[in-house]
Amino acid sequence: MEFKPLTSEDKPKIRFLVVDDSVFARKNICKMVEAFGGEIAGEAGDGIAAIAKYNDTLPDIVLMDITMPKMEGIEAVEHIVRDHPEACIVMVSSVGYQDNILSALQKGARHFVQKPVKPEAFYEIIRYVLSENPEPAPTTVGEAQS
Amino acid sequence: MNMELIQPFINSVDAVLSETMRCSPRMADVTMEQGSYQRTGIAAQVVLSGEIEGRIILDMDAIAAGQAASDFSEITGAPTDEIIREIVCELTNMVIGNSVTQLNDRGFKFRVHPPELFMLDVGPHGTLDSETVLLRFELPKGAVYLNISVHVTSAAMVGSRT
Repeated sequence: MEFKPLTSEDKPKIRFLVVDDSVFARKNICKMVEAFGGEIAGEAGDGIAAIAKYNDTLPDIVLMDITMPKMEGIEAVEHIVRDHPEACIVMVSSVGYQDNILSALQKGARHFVQKPVKPEAFYEIIRYVLSENPEPAPTTVGEAQS
Repeated sequence: MNMELIQPFINSVDAVLSETMRCSPRMADVTMEQGSYQRTGIAAQVVLSGEIEGRIILDMDAIAAGQAASDFSEITGAPTDEIIREIVCELTNMVIGNSVTQLNDRGFKFRVHPPELFMLDVGPHGTLDSETVLLRFELPKGAVYLNISVHVTSAAMVGSRT
C-alpha cells in the first residue's frame, strides 16, 4: 500500500525517534516510518537511552514501547514530557490494557497503538497526532549544526 | 489452572500469528506437564509478577521459526539465526502482551517483564502452586508450543471477578 508522505508546513520530512528493546521491532517500525515518508532521527533500546536520544535529536514524534529493560516506556514519557512539554509521543506496545494506556496518556503520551501494528491504522494515528500538534518541534541540534 | 487463565493465550496465539504469518494456527494438543520443560526449537520466556505470577515460554520448532522469520521480516534468502531469534522474541512479546491485556481487562493486575531468549535445552519444573500447561499449535509449516506455568496469588483471590 502506498502512503502520502507525512509532512508539516515547514518540514519536508517528519523526524521520528523509535524506541523498542527489540532490534527487530525497531527495524520493522523504521521500515513503516520510511514507507510513510518519515525520517529516522534516532533509535533507542530502553527508556534511559530514549531520554538521552530525545535530548540529542529533538524529534518531531517519538514511537515508544512500554515493556523495556532499565526504564520502561511510561516512565521515559514522564521524563521527556517534563523537560519538553511539546513532545509528541505515541506508545507502541503489545501490552494494551486500560491501566497502561491511561497511565501513558496521563504522563503525556498522545496516543496508543497495540502490536502487532497494522501499517494503515498506524499511518492514520500518526497523521492524526501530527494534525493535533501543528506546532513543529524546535529545530534539531543536527539541523542547527548543518 | 482454569480456563479463565488459559483462554487469553489461545486467543492471542491465533490473533498474532494470523496477523503476522498470515495463517490460521490450529490448536492440536493440550497437556499438563509434570517434569522439566524440554525446548523444541527457538524459545523465549516472559515472566509475570503481581496478582498473576509465573512464566510463559513460547517455543517454535525450527520449521515454524524459519517460516515466521521469512514472513515477518520480508527478507529474501535464508534468515540468519540472529534474525530468527529476534523474531521469536518479538512474537512472544506480542502473544504474551495481547494475552495479559485480556487478563488485565478481566481485573487481574500484574506486571509483565521483557521477553528473554530461552536458551537452555531443559527448562524449569512447574512448581507446586503453578501447574504447567503445554499447548501445541500446528501451522501450515511447523508447530508452536506455549508452555504456561502461572498461578493466581492470594492477593487476587480477595476480590471476586466476573
